[in-house]
Amino acid sequence: MKGSEILLESLKREGVKVIFGYPGGQVLPIFDSLYDSDIQFILTRHEQGAAHAADGYARATGKVGVCLATSGPGATNLVTGIANAYMDSIPMVAITGQVKSFLIGNDAFQEADVTGITRPITKHNYLVKDVKDLARIIREAFYIASTGRPGPVLVDIPSDIQLADTEFNWPENIQMRSYNPTYFGHPGQIKKAAKLIAGAKKPIIYAGGGVISSGAHRELKMLAEKINAPLTWTLMGIGAFPATHELSLGMLGMHGTAYANHAIMESDLIIAVGARFDDRVTGRLDAFAPDALVIHIDIDPSSISKNVSVHVPIVGDAKNILTELLKDIKKTPDTNDWLKRIEGWKKKYPLAYKDDGKLKPQYVVEQIYEVTKGDAIITTEVGQNQMWAAQWYKYTQPRTFISSGGLGTMGFGLPAAMGVKMGCPDKTVFDIAGDGSIQMNIQELGTCVANKINVKVAILNNGYLGMVRQWQELFYKRRYSYVGITSPDFVKLAESYGAVGIRVTKKEEVRPALEKTIAVENTVLIDFRVEPEENVFPMVPAGQAINQFIGGLA
Amino acid sequence: MRHTISVLVENKFGVLARIAGLFSARGYNIASLAVSETLDPAISYMTIVVEAKDEKVLEQIKKQLNKLIDVITITDFTKKEHVDRELILAKVSYSAKDKTKLENIFNKYVGKIIQRKGDIAIIEAVGDNQQIRSLLEELNKFGIQELVRTGKLAIGAIGDASQGDTLRRF
Repeated sequence: MKGSEILLESLKREGVKVIFGYPGGQVLPIFDSLYDSDIQFILTRHEQGAAHAADGYARATGKVGVCLATSGPGATNLVTGIANAYMDSIPMVAITGQVKSFLIGNDAFQEADVTGITRPITKHNYLVKDVKDLARIIREAFYIASTGRPGPVLVDIPSDIQLADTEFNWPENIQMRSYNPTYFGHPGQIKKAAKLIAGAKKPIIYAGGGVISSGAHRELKMLAEKINAPLTWTLMGIGAFPATHELSLGMLGMHGTAYANHAIMESDLIIAVGARFDDRVTGRLDAFAPDALVIHIDIDPSSISKNVSVHVPIVGDAKNILTELLKDIKKTPDTNDWLKRIEGWKKKYPLAYKDDGKLKPQYVVEQIYEVTKGDAIITTEVGQNQMWAAQWYKYTQPRTFISSGGLGTMGFGLPAAMGVKMGCPDKTVFDIAGDGSIQMNIQELGTCVANKINVKVAILNNGYLGMVRQWQELFYKRRYSYVGITSPDFVKLAESYGAVGIRVTKKEEVRPALEKTIAVENTVLIDFRVEPEENVFPMVPAGQAINQFIGGLA
Repeated sequence: MRHTISVLVENKFGVLARIAGLFSARGYNIASLAVSETLDPAISYMTIVVEAKDEKVLEQIKKQLNKLIDVITITDFTKKEHVDRELILAKVSYSAKDKTKLENIFNKYVGKIIQRKGDIAIIEAVGDNQQIRSLLEELNKFGIQELVRTGKLAIGAIGDASQGDTLRRF
C-alpha cells in the first residue's frame, strides 16, 4: 500500500467521516487517494477555515476533527486554528504535507519547519520519516488527541513518504510508556472533598470546559442538586449546566453576572470541575475568594495550584470523579441562607440592558433564543458579539455554545459553524458575529454555499471593533484609535456568494428576519445594524477583584 | 533557588527542542543542561538545573515537563539523596614557578593537567558545585584564559530507587 492510502485507511479506521482542507503540491498523493475514498472532503477557501471547521466539528460532536493542508504556507495557515484548539483543549488531528524527506532543511519550495512551528501549540506532533511508522503514528495521534486533556496533534508527512510502498499494519493496541493519563480520582482525596462539602456553609460549584469534554454534565447536575449549591460556569463551561435551572448563576469573571462574582467572592468552598482559574475568571488573584477552600477536579495536574492554591486536588476524569464523589457525600450542607443571600444579589443586580426601542445587540441574541426555542447550536466570533452570545442566550445542553475561549480568535465563528453543521446536520447553527470578526474569514461563505452547509450568520454590525472601542471608551478617554471599521454591503456580498442576505435596521424587523432565516434552506447572512456604542456590562476592569464592577448595573 | 532535576525521555529527534521550548515558552530559566543516551539507546537522560523562585514554580516546571508526551519520568533531586558532579576544562596560565602551587590545587580537587604548551596548560577537573566553584576561585589567581563546563550530572544515591529502577523496568 502507498503511504497516502495507508493514511486514508488509518483515518477510516479511526472513524473519520469528514476532512476539511486545501490541496497543494506536497499533498498531491493524498488527494489522489481521496479521489477514490468514501471519506468526505470539504474544500475550504483558506486553510485557517479548515482548522476552525475541524475544531468546530470536534466541539459539537466530541469526535476528533481532522484538517489537511499542504506544506509551507498551507501548514502555516493552519497555525492559528491549531493554537485555538490547543488553548481550548479540543481534540483535533492536523495533517500536513512536507517537502520530500531528502529536501528537508534545504529551503525547498514551500518548505517550513512545521513540527518546529507547531511544537508549542500542539499536544504532540510528528514528522513521519519512514512509511512503516505511518499507521502507528496516525493511531497514536488520534489516541493522544482524544484522551487525557484533549488537544490538537499534527502529523507532517513528506510527499515521498506518501508515495512509498509498504504493507499496511494497523496496531490494535497502543503502547506508550511515556503517556498514561489518570482517569480515576484518588479515593482518599474524594472522601476529603465529601467531608469539606458536608461542612460548608457557602459552597459554590465552578464548572469549566472539562465538564463538557468529559461528558460529566449529568453528574454535575446531580451534584448541584444533591448538595443544593449554586453553580457558575466559565465561557468554556457554557452548556455544562442548564441556564434555566434555579441553581444557575450564569457565567462568572470579567463579563460574568454580578451575582456569580459576588457569590464566588463570598463563598467558603469552591468546587472547581474542569476549570483552570484563568485570569479572565479570577480577576486580581490575591483578592480572589479570600475565604474559600478549594476542591479542584481536573484531568491535567498542571492546572492544579497553577493560579489559585488548592486544598483538595483530585486529578482524573470529571465524570468518574463526580460519580464517586456523589456516592461519598453522605451529609449535605444546609445552604438555605446562602441561597437566600444569592437571591438578594440576583434581585439587586440582574443581568440587564436598556431596552429603549432601539436595535440592541442583546435583543437580537434573545430573539435568536426565542425563535430557535433554545435548540440551536451557537458559534461566536470574538469580542462583544461573543459576550452577548454568552450572556443573552440560555444554553441548556452541552456542546451547543462553540466559542474561542483561550486564544480569543476573531474569525473563528463562521468556519466553526461550518464544522458544527457538518457534524450535526439536523441542527440549526447560528454564528453570532461582529462586523469586524466576520470579515476575517468571510471567504468561507463560499465553502458553505458550494457544499450546501446551511449556516446562519447574525452580524451584530455596529461599525466598530466593538470590544476594543469599549475599552478605549472606558480606559482611554474615548480616544477611538483605529476601531471604526467599514464593511462591504453584507447583503450584496451574501448574494454574490449565492447565499441569502437580509438587512435589519429596526427592532420590529428582528423577529420576522430570524423566522425567515430559519425557514430558508440556504446559508443566510443577516446584517443587524445595532446601536453603535452599546457596551458589554457588567464589566470588571482587568486586574481588579471580580466584585469591582464598572459601568451599568452593579 | 536552583534545583536539580533529571528527566528520562524517549530518544527521538526533536525531544531536546521540546524541552528547551517548554522552558522558554513558560519563562523558566535553565542554569545548566546535560543530555546523553542511557544504557537503553531508546532512552536519553537529561540532568537539568533550573532556577525556580519558589516551590510553586518548581511544581509547575515538573508538571509541565510531565505533560510532554516524550517525557517518561522526572526525578526532583531537591529533597533526595544524590550525587552530582560537573566536569570542567580550562586553559590556565602555567609558569614553572607556579608548578607546585598548581599541583597542590589539583591534589586538593580532582584535577589534572592534560596538555601543556609554553606557559599555558589545559586542565580538567571534576567535582560538585561547591568544589568547582572553589577550584575556579583558586585558579583565577593564576589567570583562566578559557573555560568550558559540562553542566551538572546527577544520579540518585545507592539504594535510592529512582531513575535506575525506571530504566530497568523498560
